Amino acid sequence: MSLLEVKNLQVSFATPEGEVHAVNGIDFAVSTGETLAIVGESGSGKSQLVMAIMGLLAQNGRASGQALFKGEDLLQKTPRELNKVRGSQIAMIFQDPMTSLNPYLTVEQQMTEVVMYHQKLGRHEAFEHAVEMLRAVRIPDAEERIHEYPHEYSGGMRQRVMIAMSLLCEPDLLIADEPTTALDVTVQAQITYLIGELRKKTRMAMILITHDLAVVAGISDRILVMYAGQMVESGTVEDIFYRAHHPYTRGLLASVPRLDRDASDDLQAIPGNPPNLLALPGGCCFRDRCTQAQEICSQPPPMWRDERGHRSRCVLEMPDGRVENDSAGEAGSAAEESAP
Amino acid sequence: MKQTGLGHHFASRLLSLVPTLLMLITIAFFLIRVAPGGPFDTEKPLPQEIRANLDAKYHLDEPLLQQYFRYMGQIVTLDFGPSYQYKDWTVNELIASGFPASLAIGGTAMLLAFVMGTLIGVIAAIRQNTAVDYSIMGMAMMGISIPNFVVAPLLILVLAVYAGWLPAGGWEWSFRHMLLPVITLALPVIAYIARLTRGSMIEVLHSNYIRTARAKGLPERIVLGRHAMKPALLPVISYMGPATAGLITGSVVIERIYSIPGLGSYFVQGALNRDYTLVMGVVIFYGVIIILMNFIVDMLYAWLNPKIRFDEG
Repeated sequence: MSLLEVKNLQVSFATPEGEVHAVNGIDFAVSTGETLAIVGESGSGKSQLVMAIMGLLAQNGRASGQALFKGEDLLQKTPRELNKVRGSQIAMIFQDPMTSLNPYLTVEQQMTEVVMYHQKLGRHEAFEHAVEMLRAVRIPDAEERIHEYPHEYSGGMRQRVMIAMSLLCEPDLLIADEPTTALDVTVQAQITYLIGELRKKTRMAMILITHDLAVVAGISDRILVMYAGQMVESGTVEDIFYRAHHPYTRGLLASVPRLDRDASDDLQAIPGNPPNLLALPGGCCFRDRCTQAQEICSQPPPMWRDERGHRSRCVLEMPDGRVENDSAGEAGSAAEESAP
Repeated sequence: MKQTGLGHHFASRLLSLVPTLLMLITIAFFLIRVAPGGPFDTEKPLPQEIRANLDAKYHLDEPLLQQYFRYMGQIVTLDFGPSYQYKDWTVNELIASGFPASLAIGGTAMLLAFVMGTLIGVIAAIRQNTAVDYSIMGMAMMGISIPNFVVAPLLILVLAVYAGWLPAGGWEWSFRHMLLPVITLALPVIAYIARLTRGSMIEVLHSNYIRTARAKGLPERIVLGRHAMKPALLPVISYMGPATAGLITGSVVIERIYSIPGLGSYFVQGALNRDYTLVMGVVIFYGVIIILMNFIVDMLYAWLNPKIRFDEG
């Protein structure tokens, strides 16, 4: 059984302008020890997807579908029940370490409360444990600096604190929502390396959300590409990087700046903007920006799948792939693939 | 990491008190004397000799600048001089007689307003855009907009005259006598603090660090009490400084309606009677209290907000 199995997840927001469909039927599964990267540009719904799983949607947000964590549907749980899972079994780190730590509490207060609440540790044990975690993420003078406030830490160090804090209860699943986006490039590499290293030690599963394909390659097992709240392609790192099928994925890969190209070459970009989530067009949601769009793209595109589990939602034929029935009932096939 | 920042900050705040007060005293001194009329002007003019004697006794015959320096020399010894209108009373005695009642009523009202206001504000914030929120905010709007000279007679009418539970007025050091004036004073402040708290709490609840606290699986009482309360209270604290100064120095309307021997009426009476020394006395007293309250607010701010301690100097 997978650790987390998401089936036909939909997220929408009620706004004065109408219903915004942020996530439109996503299926995936994550097994123990596995890293799934969810890739997409801003507004593709990748953050809202995990917010829904964590029960952290804004007040006007509604989630439907299923998110089975160890067989229990997180979407059906009350906040009180969710609190037994959040922070202890599923932990999350956020994009902006500058604002994600409480500026009014010391690092010690923010770290110890997690274990004191979830594991009922005493103040002293909680402190020892927190210092130990800070050392693990290489905060110098951890037993001194733990008494400081977040504003006395640099951005990279704050993200290290966030990571240390998320790992306090040894979670089974870590959700990292763009953990390196707000950091300097050199710090990005350190944090990425640190996350990979800690993960190897703990056999913890991870969902890594990013728009940066460069971050993905080194540390993920599988990649899910999202566009306009839908999965457009998913597969292993090799599938996505070497056998990308969907025009959007290929566009993303082509737009990564490369050092081996002449500096005078223009950066490759995908023209246009993502569709308006208030009124999604029928058919393929990428067709307005697609260089290979055809008339048939105004019909819902088929979902291709090959025997390794590489899937893509496009009319273009996938080599060795066959079309799977994309009705809601069977949309969970990505989840089934990792089931025994 | 300069822990000295805090001490230095408050020492300099204390020093800045002196020029502020000096300016306040100077402006008040000359302003009240610029106002037409004087303390001994009556409808029927006094005989020349009596008027001259009075002016001489109170040094009003001296040049203005000389009076000013005489007054400054006098208040350095904390002596505000005799009142011109309340015969046989010094200004010090008047303030000492009026302040306790005003302080008791105003202080209790402020305490009540803080507790009730923040509580109601937080409830409205966590029930944002529900019927609870709308009715609380509707009542708060009423609390702010209905003047106390309307609220007070209504309260008296219902609770004192019809129900007969409480005295309609008069002053004794008892809970029963203080209740109505305290409620009347507190109502608009409760409403204002509730609105302030609601607004800042909603803002705080949308911040990233509250999302982090929720993601950590902390129960709602810890998220609110430990993570959200401090930052949500900051605007309330800064409002409470001057508001407390206003409340504890008395309200003319409340004191009139409930017949309370407080400080508030001296502000109006002193100014109307051109009772120079009384006006100066209450103005300085009020100024000192305002400065003191702002000083306390500053200290609370530094205590609540760790960033302030280090951004100084």
